Amino acid sequence: MTECPVCGAEISFAAGTVIGELLECGDCGSELEVTGLDPAAVTEAPETEEDWGE
Amino acid sequence: MKVGLLHSLIRKEEKLLIEEFQARGISLQMIDDRKLVFDLEPIPNVDVVLERSINHSRSLYGLQLLETAGVHCVNSAKVASICGDKILTSVALKKAGVKQPPVRVAFTEDSALAAIEELGYPVVLKPAVGSWGRLLSKVNDRESAEAILEHKSVLGSYHHSIFYIQKFVEKKGRDIRSFVIGDRCIAAIYRSSEHWITNTARGAVATGCEVDTHISDISLAAAAAVGGGVLAVDLFETSDGLCVNEVNYTMEFRNSIETTGVNIPAQVVDYVLESRS
Repeated sequence: MTECPVCGAEISFAAGTVIGELLECGDCGSELEVTGLDPAAVTEAPETEEDWGE
Repeated sequence: MKVGLLHSLIRKEEKLLIEEFQARGISLQMIDDRKLVFDLEPIPNVDVVLERSINHSRSLYGLQLLETAGVHCVNSAKVASICGDKILTSVALKKAGVKQPPVRVAFTEDSALAAIEELGYPVVLKPAVGSWGRLLSKVNDRESAEAILEHKSVLGSYHHSIFYIQKFVEKKGRDIRSFVIGDRCIAAIYRSSEHWITNTARGAVATGCEVDTHISDISLAAAAAVGGGVLAVDLFETSDGLCVNEVNYTMEFRNSIETTGVNIPAQVVDYVLESRS
């Protein structure tokens, strides 16, 4: 369990969550990146860069 | 077999691929491109790397460095270099005789404007490197062309002055995305939108599309033209048949598994494992 860095809502991880995974805060909708599992940690996901894509 | 996953953010696609590898008892070596430092010496202790980086530039150089270190990569650096650049993709399609919309490439505002006028309106200006339908401009008349070309030249970084100009194709609200793995076209979807840009990243809706011989043939030809592997081919339907718009080398498929009934991540993993068996 950790908290959203934007709105402070509690964030819990589903089983199988991995480092780097993108999550959406259920309260404010911010896109978050998982940066730690034990202890749980998230940061705001990085902004889209020019060469992102498929 | 030891498999590496070259990645940055873990999107839905990467999560599904990780789960597929886990289901087969394969422990992935996660290679986060944000933490990598290459000194050209160490060789990652893997038999094969599946590339899933979200940044084209990191994919491109990462794959080249990994291949130089003797690591087999899916897709290859060559495929990434071609598919990540619309100009090189058009060149490859032309060389292979694969049908595509009329294209012009120009390096100055004046020559680009002349090319646009020669092609006839509307045209679409695209960055040579870019994805998800971002920074596309549909140019309907000369005044728009002059304004957009000036903006790209003055406000953009240097590569926005490499003008990739494609004749606008009236696609009646949809295009086709097909999925190629190796020598098979495994599935396809229609991508429909009221907007002229039909990327699902821009809100287009995915529906099932039966893979007939026309779709399969041109998709496989496009994939072969860029070097083959795991690829998504974007097709336009025209009165003169299908033509290839783009070929994507780090394909997204989250909206296409249920739509097509095809387990795309499983087929990707099969291909990766078979490529080294």
